Amino acid sequence: MTAGQPINAYTHTAIALHWLMAVLILAIFSVGFYMQGLHLSPFKLRLYSWHKWAGVTAFLLLLVRLLWRVGHRPPDLPAAMPAWQRLSAHAVHDLLYLLMVAVPLTGWLMSSAKGFQTVYFGLLPIPDLLAKNRELGNLLAAIHRWLNYLMLALVTSHTAAALKHHLIDRDDILMRMLPWLGRRAMAKGQS
Amino acid sequence: MKRGQLVWLLFLVILTGPALSASFNAVQLDKSRLGFTFRQMGVPVQGGFNRFAAQLNFDPAKASAASVVIDVDLNSVDAGSQEANDEVLGRPWFNAKVFPRARFVSSAVRPLGGNRYEAKGALTIKGRSQAVTAPFTYAGQGATARFDGGFTLRRADFAIGEGEWADFGTVANEVQIVFHIQAAAQAARK
Repeated sequence: MTAGQPINAYTHTAIALHWLMAVLILAIFSVGFYMQGLHLSPFKLRLYSWHKWAGVTAFLLLLVRLLWRVGHRPPDLPAAMPAWQRLSAHAVHDLLYLLMVAVPLTGWLMSSAKGFQTVYFGLLPIPDLLAKNRELGNLLAAIHRWLNYLMLALVTSHTAAALKHHLIDRDDILMRMLPWLGRRAMAKGQS
Repeated sequence: MKRGQLVWLLFLVILTGPALSASFNAVQLDKSRLGFTFRQMGVPVQGGFNRFAAQLNFDPAKASAASVVIDVDLNSVDAGSQEANDEVLGRPWFNAKVFPRARFVSSAVRPLGGNRYEAKGALTIKGRSQAVTAPFTYAGQGATARFDGGFTLRRADFAIGEGEWADFGTVANEVQIVFHIQAAAQAARK
């Protein structure tokens, strides 16, 4: 049954995973950006741990998402969409998936290289792939940071494109990921 | 002592090793290590002290007469990161400006059987003294001996980490101290 939902939509699972990760990534990014400048305190140590635990969680969710994605083809893009837009949409999506892998991985590696093992929720130790090494730790920190800036840029363009499709092109691109919007649009159309 | 005699004595020491009942009294600091592990948000973090001095007298044949004094330069701390090093020297932690040194003075050494021993003594950090017991092993090899041991201290006993750090939720109370001391047997000088 797809009552009140555009026919051309993602599965509920894909939608749930998308938005869950959107919120999670935004939170992890914000905390990560904020925590670095803090003076050392128990609060800062807690933030670092939460940041790492949430990062591991996002990585695990990504694995679930990728598995789901393999078994469920996303809906087709509108037929009227120009080729360059299709190409850039796919490129941004692929890059975002790549970053969702690379960002937590570099975070975990930099943590190891800085001599702090990642222990999931303080209970489950994740093995250190790298031994403590100051130079390597600083290098990985820089990579982690720049990958995040790249992700921020891509998420911004991803969001801008979705809004442009919804508000200017008035197609169903955003509604495929936000069925609630579609239902409202349909209700408006019926009245 | 003439040079020839000294050479013979050294030869004997090397040949017979601890059987000669040599007292290990010259600590080789470059081959010794003083480290610790603490838990931060459930994560074990390694650290140590790069500068310390040790006076030792240990004769395996008369272990109960052994004694050790260790002085630790707290400013040489490695607490896992530069940020932590700066923090831990401050007033809430070591207050290293007022208390630059930690000191352990043994009061009794007891053989536990085999190569295992136990040193009891007073550990003084930040102006507070506590009795500690440190089990250790002894491994003699010719004219050098290695001592490996450790104990657990509770940082709160020494007011290490006051104020916002007094709570053990982020940094645990228990700190594992590990030491590796290498010493040579040297004829008494002077």
